[in-house]
Amino acid sequence: MIIVFSLFLLTMMVVVALAVVETRNLFAAAMLTGIFSFLMAANFFVLDAADVALTEAAVGAGVATVFFLGAIALSSEHEHSASRKFGLALLAVASTAVVILLGTMEFPILGDGSAPVHQHVAPWYLEKTPELIHVPNVVTAVLASFRGYDTLGEVFVVLTAAIGVLSLLGFPRNNSEENAVNDGLSHQKILHIVGKLLIPLIILFGLYVQFHGDFGPGGGFQAGTIIAAALILYALLSGGDRARRQMPPRLLFGMACLGAFIYAGVGGTTLLLGGNLLDYSVLSHDPVHGQHLGIMLIEFGVGLAVASVMLTIYHAFAGHEHR
Amino acid sequence: MEILGLYNYWVFAILLLIGLYAVITKPNFTKKLIGLNIFQAAIFLLYISMDKVDGGTAPIIPHGAAKDIIYSNPVPQVLILTAIVVGISTTALGLALVVRIREAYGTIEEDKVISMDRDQ
Repeated sequence: MIIVFSLFLLTMMVVVALAVVETRNLFAAAMLTGIFSFLMAANFFVLDAADVALTEAAVGAGVATVFFLGAIALSSEHEHSASRKFGLALLAVASTAVVILLGTMEFPILGDGSAPVHQHVAPWYLEKTPELIHVPNVVTAVLASFRGYDTLGEVFVVLTAAIGVLSLLGFPRNNSEENAVNDGLSHQKILHIVGKLLIPLIILFGLYVQFHGDFGPGGGFQAGTIIAAALILYALLSGGDRARRQMPPRLLFGMACLGAFIYAGVGGTTLLLGGNLLDYSVLSHDPVHGQHLGIMLIEFGVGLAVASVMLTIYHAFAGHEHR
Repeated sequence: MEILGLYNYWVFAILLLIGLYAVITKPNFTKKLIGLNIFQAAIFLLYISMDKVDGGTAPIIPHGAAKDIIYSNPVPQVLILTAIVVGISTTALGLALVVRIREAYGTIEEDKVISMDRDQ
């Protein structure tokens, strides 16, 4: 049964991807990429990757669509030039196709437990996590503790992207109450009221995902994007100017830096306490308790940084003055 | 079952090629970024397909769980989880560049931008 579902999802993904590439209307293409991400998230869930499915649903189907729409509103909704360079495309696509399809013939079939990928470090992580870290979610344990150094780098990449967007588009200007240029969707009563009812529930779910990430699917990356999606919804409903008065982009950017600093600060603290970088065992008298404390702190830093970066980028697009 | 065991990887290949095709042939910069996103999503699919173990479940081990439960591989999931968030951040950076190109050239079509550059 599950295989039928899986085949359906994968086939639909190809169909939607073709539609995305074919349509000349960029608004339609952005909405279709939302559907594409949602199918991808469902597919990840079928493949036992609950954490990744949650992230893809929040990022791909939520935040990414809004970013694309923001950029399309500031540039152009239609493709004007026809496709070209068909010869080059045909050559590149055909040669890549031959190489990749030949490569996949050698792959172990899906679900083969004796595949090389399952023989290296993965069994060690699965065996040692209950003993060394003592949190149920192995993905969180690997992300935050065993490979915490990689995740630190990724948080700084996300922060760097926010700095890049801000230096290209500038901080949005704050309009005062009287000359606010847009009031969002507040004239659409049904959308406004139903949306406002949803916002606290989405934030509550985001906090659950944040603090329950050690035990079930979740963690800072997912929670950050879910909470950012709720606050973007607020900005869409009440107007960007009002949202920016309540949460100034400079404050948001400061919070993003603070989140990354909390993560790096935990790493520095472990060094000062005589351990290795991001080895949380030294944070408490009991190593397992130290691991719990460290994971909670850095997940909080990740959540704060990701939510603030997503909101900063959203406001950079939404509050950008058309020149 | 045996034949369909590679279906995920074929879809990965097709999505990758669709993305590559869009990046090469579409002159519109926003569309190129959408193509890159599809390319990226294909690679996510490749990694997550590798983590699946038959009869396995998500790698969440409850305290006091039975020893004989099979878990899927957590390592590709960790890689892709962070890659998704990094991916949207870099896409946003690309979109910001598109907006700036539109302001500087008045168009986001590659051929027009190149011909305007040549005329100068």
